[in-house]
Amino acid sequence: MLKAIIGKKIGMTQLFNEDGAIIPVTVLKAGPCTVVTKKTLENDGYGAVQLGFGEIEPYKVKKPLMGHFKKNNVNPIRILKEFRCSEAGSVNIGDSVNVSMFNGVKYVCVTGITKGKGFQGVVKRWGFSGGRDTHGSMFHRAPGSIGQSSFPSKVFRGLKMPGHLGNKSRTASNLKIIRIDSEQDLLFVKGAIPGANGNIVYIYGANEFGRKKI
Amino acid sequence: MSIVEKIENSSLKTGIPDFKAGDTVRVHQKIKEGDKERIQIFEGVVIAKKGSAARSSITVRKLSYGIGVEKTFLVNSPLIDKIKLMYRGKVNRAKLYYLREKKGKETKIERLETYNNSEV
Repeated sequence: MLKAIIGKKIGMTQLFNEDGAIIPVTVLKAGPCTVVTKKTLENDGYGAVQLGFGEIEPYKVKKPLMGHFKKNNVNPIRILKEFRCSEAGSVNIGDSVNVSMFNGVKYVCVTGITKGKGFQGVVKRWGFSGGRDTHGSMFHRAPGSIGQSSFPSKVFRGLKMPGHLGNKSRTASNLKIIRIDSEQDLLFVKGAIPGANGNIVYIYGANEFGRKKI
Repeated sequence: MSIVEKIENSSLKTGIPDFKAGDTVRVHQKIKEGDKERIQIFEGVVIAKKGSAARSSITVRKLSYGIGVEKTFLVNSPLIDKIKLMYRGKVNRAKLYYLREKKGKETKIERLETYNNSEV
């Protein structure tokens, strides 16, 4: 069965469990998604389901994409994402899938785009300690030595240097499902997920190792 | 109202009296011992109110056999059975942390109103 859905990060809050302890939760609007198209082992060499999420005015859709929707006889949708699914035959094009697919699932993984931090130095980007601020240290937040002169006489590839931080796709694995609200299509997972509120995220069921199960 | 606010408001407790720092309250707390549950009562002066709505907490201080005891309660926790207002107190601060340093008569707070506190 398909265990993946497109969602939107609503925000974080906290809930009480039955022991009176506070659990930090992220609230996700998960689905409902429409099956736009599917790929099968026989036709395409792999099984997958393309889901669509969110509304869009038809005039905003480019013509080639509109043709894709028309061919499959579905309404125009804002976000499209293909999920691998070996049993793609079990769903039909045009079907609506919602958060109740996670009923009985204990853990999920959530993939999102992290907040962009811009160009950052090594202290923020890589956790370098930096130097002492006072007593004439003359070494504050600089990266320090990046190599030696005669040997190796080059800067190694992949050395931790200043650069762009954030705005990357990252997956938070093994998040416990706290509550599923099928009526409002809300999914409550324990802990934080990448990205800002309102970002589009992809939610996957987790396997026994807490990793994405596709 | 945003979705998160709605979720938070749905966990709000009803019937919590409106009290301030300096008031004396009686907190009925559920204590789980194995599969048994009982109510423990903690009565003292509210020395601090923190947070808002679903996250609000109170710190209650009392003297137990001459030793100061403080307990912090999450007002909307399911473990709080009820909170009863006993007396209103007259104080000039929102946080009464100074009571920790005081002894004897100096810890006394002038009582303004007394509420029906005949039942335990």
